[in-house]
Amino acid sequence: MTSQTLHDVRFSEPPRTRNYLNVDYGVFSWLLTRDHKRIGILYLISVTTMFFVGGFFAFMMRLELLTPEGDLLTSDTYNKFFTLHGIVMIFFFLIPAIPGALGNFILPIMLGAKDLAFPRINLLSWYLYTIGAIFGVYVIVTGGVDTGWTFYTPFSTQYSNTKVFATTLGAFITGFSSILTGLNFIVTTHRMRAPGLTWFRLPLFVWSMYATSVIIMLATPVLAITLVLLMVERTLGVGIFDPTIGGDPVLYQHLFWFYSHPAVYIMILPAMAVISECVAAFTRKRVFGYTFVAYSSLAIAFLSFLVWAHHLFVAGISLYSAMIFSFASMLVAVPSAIKIFNWTATMYHASVSWQTPMLYVMGFIGLFTIGGVTGLFLGALGIDVHVHDTYFVVSHFHYIMVGGTVMAYLAGIHYWWPKITGRMYPEWWARLSALLVFVGFNLTFFPQFIVGYVGMPRRYHAYAPEFQVLNVLSTAGATVLAVGYLLPMIYLIWSLFYGRKAGSNPWGAVGLEWATTSPPPLENFHETPVVTWEAYDYPAFLKAMRETQHV
Amino acid sequence: MSDITVDSREETPHAHHHHPFLQHHFEDLGQQHEASTLGMWVFVAQEILFFGGIFAAYAIYRTMYPEAWSAGAHHQNWFIGAVNTAVLIGSSLTMALAVWAAQTSRRMLTVWMLLATLILGSIFVGVKGYEYYDHIHHGLLPGQSFTYVHAENPALTPGIQLFMVFYFSMTGLHALHMIVGAGLLLWFMYRAWRGDFGPEYYAPVEIMGLYWHFVDIVWIFLFPLLYLSH
Repeated sequence: MTSQTLHDVRFSEPPRTRNYLNVDYGVFSWLLTRDHKRIGILYLISVTTMFFVGGFFAFMMRLELLTPEGDLLTSDTYNKFFTLHGIVMIFFFLIPAIPGALGNFILPIMLGAKDLAFPRINLLSWYLYTIGAIFGVYVIVTGGVDTGWTFYTPFSTQYSNTKVFATTLGAFITGFSSILTGLNFIVTTHRMRAPGLTWFRLPLFVWSMYATSVIIMLATPVLAITLVLLMVERTLGVGIFDPTIGGDPVLYQHLFWFYSHPAVYIMILPAMAVISECVAAFTRKRVFGYTFVAYSSLAIAFLSFLVWAHHLFVAGISLYSAMIFSFASMLVAVPSAIKIFNWTATMYHASVSWQTPMLYVMGFIGLFTIGGVTGLFLGALGIDVHVHDTYFVVSHFHYIMVGGTVMAYLAGIHYWWPKITGRMYPEWWARLSALLVFVGFNLTFFPQFIVGYVGMPRRYHAYAPEFQVLNVLSTAGATVLAVGYLLPMIYLIWSLFYGRKAGSNPWGAVGLEWATTSPPPLENFHETPVVTWEAYDYPAFLKAMRETQHV
Repeated sequence: MSDITVDSREETPHAHHHHPFLQHHFEDLGQQHEASTLGMWVFVAQEILFFGGIFAAYAIYRTMYPEAWSAGAHHQNWFIGAVNTAVLIGSSLTMALAVWAAQTSRRMLTVWMLLATLILGSIFVGVKGYEYYDHIHHGLLPGQSFTYVHAENPALTPGIQLFMVFYFSMTGLHALHMIVGAGLLLWFMYRAWRGDFGPEYYAPVEIMGLYWHFVDIVWIFLFPLLYLSH
């Protein structure tokens, strides 16, 4: 492969300019659309909005923690803010973000399909998300909720006098939005692949998204029934978690984490999906160990169901079961490490181009590794008891969720932006924001490892004065991080109007999404593609593209 | 819109778009049918996990409080439960016949069979309502209005209340699924009457059947667990 062929691909103009964006105008052409691409955009706007809502609460908490005294927010307000931060970020951003926005848009195109299998159900899923989010906003403006995002009983059922019912109902409804998305992805992947697109020719994005969907389908309903039982208990005044009639609050924790630990993988597997695509695109190579990376997604999905009780090590479960769950938790590190090592091996001896998505990928690999390794600390029984409910835990899961998922979300937005909008984003500004996010993130969360390890508990608005230096560093980092997150909002919107026109394949990458025009036409392809190349086979793909005149 | 070049191929209807119910994004009715059935199977898997959560909790408490569970089951009228079980199995039969009728273009038979399913399902829900009324009358509704006290062994009373939380949650969720199914039956009766279904296109009735049978099977587990486990 010479640079000449890449050059050809990169700068050829799309022959046809009718696309999914200009085929129809007006509010209702969006609100009643069944086009997976437009629904992806609807999700993109909604989840990004919720990200900034959740970010607001985080920033207010960081401001409070600038000083050891609880002076900015009362303890009650602080309780509500960390609860709302968690609920908004987890249920309304992290879980739907990559599947809803990028998965909806890209997955059917990667499969060579005209749409997802059930377009109306796809639209319904966005409406359910929106209704759930409206419940969330209703709770925010009418006084909030203070249970923590985990809604632990009996506090949530018997004692809290905040808006628990509306919040859990919102989470319940949003859960069905993600169930419907998962259902659509599974059926589409099984039944709608283009001719010649066998399972082992699928992009790793699809494998990872498929594994995500399996978890969504098997875990989310358990949360749904748990929240139903919680709502029943709050309504009737008695219920199955109520100790006064013999119920067991620890059972609630089991059922809750049976969903909510797999949910961590619902959040991280789509991130890994994005990373695989970006690594292949910016190293110009097939991902090393393709089969292992593909199966490791399924392995993570499987193992994710066997580790939930590591959240209950201090909740009174037996030592014997704690040991088993501790061991199973360690096992998850294996498929995760397989991915990290294979991505790294792909970069070895490759001519890596350092465009913005690749910068985020590098950030992801470093930060996810730190998050993953500290996860092993927490999976170990003794250390978990020591650092339980400290900032060490907070920092650990933010390295996974923010350092992992949000980094990958930004990588994916930048990587597919030219495909989604037909415009290039300004590279210099994007690189600057990637740098700010990386620096800001580490400055925010690395001090939290230390302050947590030396004993600062989470979820208090006041703290001992000796922790102040590290907290000031953390708040300073949060400011940098906020700038890093706001910048893309500005330059991406700017690029919609003034960005350079992107050809169909601005990165010279492999994949069916790069075989169609940017933005794609209404039914994604001008004619049904036939796949004759293996996954990430650059020479074969570029040859096929030249032959079918797609470039 | 004058600056937009239009690909002439997009304007021509695809050659295979002859069947009125073939959606634009499927190649043919076979692919559409397979997608629909797989979709319903995956949905049923989701439903199994949904009910699975409450079944797991039931199993745990039953092990913890066997006497209370036995006393609770004694308050259920097994005869009414058995009759209702028979009604529900009957509705599964008529549902299966409706699928067969739709597939073989028996238009009015499809409508009648769907109606029979709807009637049997409604009888089931009605009987369930009568049982609820009876339990509430005896002070067995958990919460403020729980006035029941176990005569021989009052210590069992809290456990019986816990059992009744399960009873109302499980049968309530099941009845909710029945009511959703009844709504779908009405819609498909209309579509069958309109003559939508035939050998090429009967997937909606078939996946309706999958859903209905699933809801029946849930009851097949609920009946012994709640009525017969003395």
